[in-house]
Amino acid sequence: MLESYIRDKHKKKDLLLMTHIVMGYPSFDDSHAMVKHMVAAGVDLMELQIPFSEPMADGPVILKANQKALEQGATVAKCLAFAKDVAARYPIPFLFMTYANIPYRFGMAAFAKTTADIGLTGAIVPDLPMEEGAEYLQAMEKNHLSPIQMFSPSTSDARMAQIASIASGFIYCLARKGVTGAQTDLSDDLAQYLARCRKAASVPLAVGFGIKDRADMDFLAGRADIAVIGSETIRMMERGGVAAVRDFIQGLSRSA
Amino acid sequence: MKHRGYYGDFGGAFLPEILIPTFDELVSTFDSAKADPGFRNQYETLMAQYSGRPTPLTFAANLTRHFDGAKIYIKREDLNHTGAHKANNVMGQGLLVKKMGKTRVIAETGAGQHGVACATMAAKFGFDCTIYMGEKDVMRQRPNVFWMEQLGATVVPVTDGTKILKDAINQAFRDWVTHMDTTHYVLGTACGPHPFPEMVAWFQSIIGIEARQQILDLESRLPDRVYACVGGGSNALGLFAGFLDDPVELVGVEAGGKGIDTGFHAARLSSTDAGAGIAQGYKTYFLQDDDGQMKETHSISAGLDYVGVSPILAHMHETGTARFESATDAEVVDALKLTMKNEGIIPALESAHAFAGAFREAPTLSRDQIIIINQSGRGDKDIFTVADALNDPEWKTFIQTKAAQYHA
Repeated sequence: MLESYIRDKHKKKDLLLMTHIVMGYPSFDDSHAMVKHMVAAGVDLMELQIPFSEPMADGPVILKANQKALEQGATVAKCLAFAKDVAARYPIPFLFMTYANIPYRFGMAAFAKTTADIGLTGAIVPDLPMEEGAEYLQAMEKNHLSPIQMFSPSTSDARMAQIASIASGFIYCLARKGVTGAQTDLSDDLAQYLARCRKAASVPLAVGFGIKDRADMDFLAGRADIAVIGSETIRMMERGGVAAVRDFIQGLSRSA
Repeated sequence: MKHRGYYGDFGGAFLPEILIPTFDELVSTFDSAKADPGFRNQYETLMAQYSGRPTPLTFAANLTRHFDGAKIYIKREDLNHTGAHKANNVMGQGLLVKKMGKTRVIAETGAGQHGVACATMAAKFGFDCTIYMGEKDVMRQRPNVFWMEQLGATVVPVTDGTKILKDAINQAFRDWVTHMDTTHYVLGTACGPHPFPEMVAWFQSIIGIEARQQILDLESRLPDRVYACVGGGSNALGLFAGFLDDPVELVGVEAGGKGIDTGFHAARLSSTDAGAGIAQGYKTYFLQDDDGQMKETHSISAGLDYVGVSPILAHMHETGTARFESATDAEVVDALKLTMKNEGIIPALESAHAFAGAFREAPTLSRDQIIIINQSGRGDKDIFTVADALNDPEWKTFIQTKAAQYHA
């Protein structure tokens, strides 16, 4: 389902755009405004992060957003209600992003069922590698959801093939080592790595971590299918509000 | 199927994809070291020559008389180099770092003992060293920060989250996912993703193996009970390792903080406040809310102030292999005072939890029974915290005078 949406869109655009918000940061009203403006500006998919107190893979920007959202009373129940609302209002696919303890405490089966019931298409859980994910993967499959898998530059070819065999929707390719929100050097190394990803996987590829401007988008077009913008939109919002985010996204979005 | 470090339902390796090859390398390096008797010999020789092992087993005659119950022995990890059991783990991992050809080590620290041990190991082996320490712990344990820096380490105060041990662990992982090619993360306790729980427990088992032989030499019999404090759980697992196949009761004592009922504590196994969860790369009991968000913990001792606990201990709790109790901040200070006055020994605030737990039970045992308390570290590092707890007026005057001198 998710994969066919991406393939259809891809016929009109050479590179899709996926953005990310932390639900409840700085408030649920602001989160809603972010979704509204991002969709209007041409975003093709969105990650809705359920905040967690120990976001191990996130850098300082998203880490702080997680903490603030929790301090201001963001709960899993409020995030689910928010996600249900935006999924009903806006015509793009939404995915949850969170850490393993959130679905584990909710119950993997119940979490997958709820995700499907409220109209989301999948989830990204960076601390749940396939070796630990049997119950999660099964629950997601049962509900026709995409449990997004990841590649990293350190993933071997053999492991890429294994991951690709259980992939659904798209594969999230980390562009570099490190946490979210730091600079990525768009180099020959990255091009070679993406070629390796492309060879291993038949599903579309999303590339994340540190994409900031049109030059980055030009580099990725043809090498990947989806560009992921995470920390940069949070930085934009903190500096210039939701309007700055909208202008930024409009500047990146490829003409349809 | 590959062994992924499960102990019943607990443990595992909940790793971000980027760290998978780093852990594959660590697992294979550790597995080959473990299978090589030469490696254990090299490790034990290093600990004998550099760290002063074996540490003594001291008969506490005065405390035994005081409680008029079981004979009390104290395993003296405070006499290990750097003043705590932490060196056992750190020196072992240092040997593995050399095998892997890495040149930089990073570590988290709570009380600062693991940080000091790691900075010491880095100085000896010639590694670069960065220590992550919660800002709150930096305030509590300034003397250890001073020594880490003198030993050549960079100490980074962590201002995220609750600003204590768990936040330092998160920050160390964030460093590691960027620098894993050159860097090894020397996790300080038997927690985190496989192989850390098994590996740290394996190095710390030197405590229990020695203690078992020592008590047999002194008493020609095994103890009835052994006591250890439990933060992450490495000193407890170290002591327990000597008695796993014996009819010896294993007792872990957690931080009861201001009292279990107050909610201000770090009792994961001895209270009903914790539940199974996944964080920091492994599955265990965590103090968390219904959503799975980690709670703030409290203890007078920075080293026990942690939301999770070794998955090996969580499994021992489930199976009844070990018993878990807690001791409050107030009980701990009393136990510390009593030990200092009666034996001339200063346990760390962490270790004093084991003393408090043992003192509660010693009078209920008979004179022909034997207990061993693990003194995991020495208490002189805690001078500021203990002086506050004792509300010592002359200490306050000294600090004020000293501060005035710095102002002058």
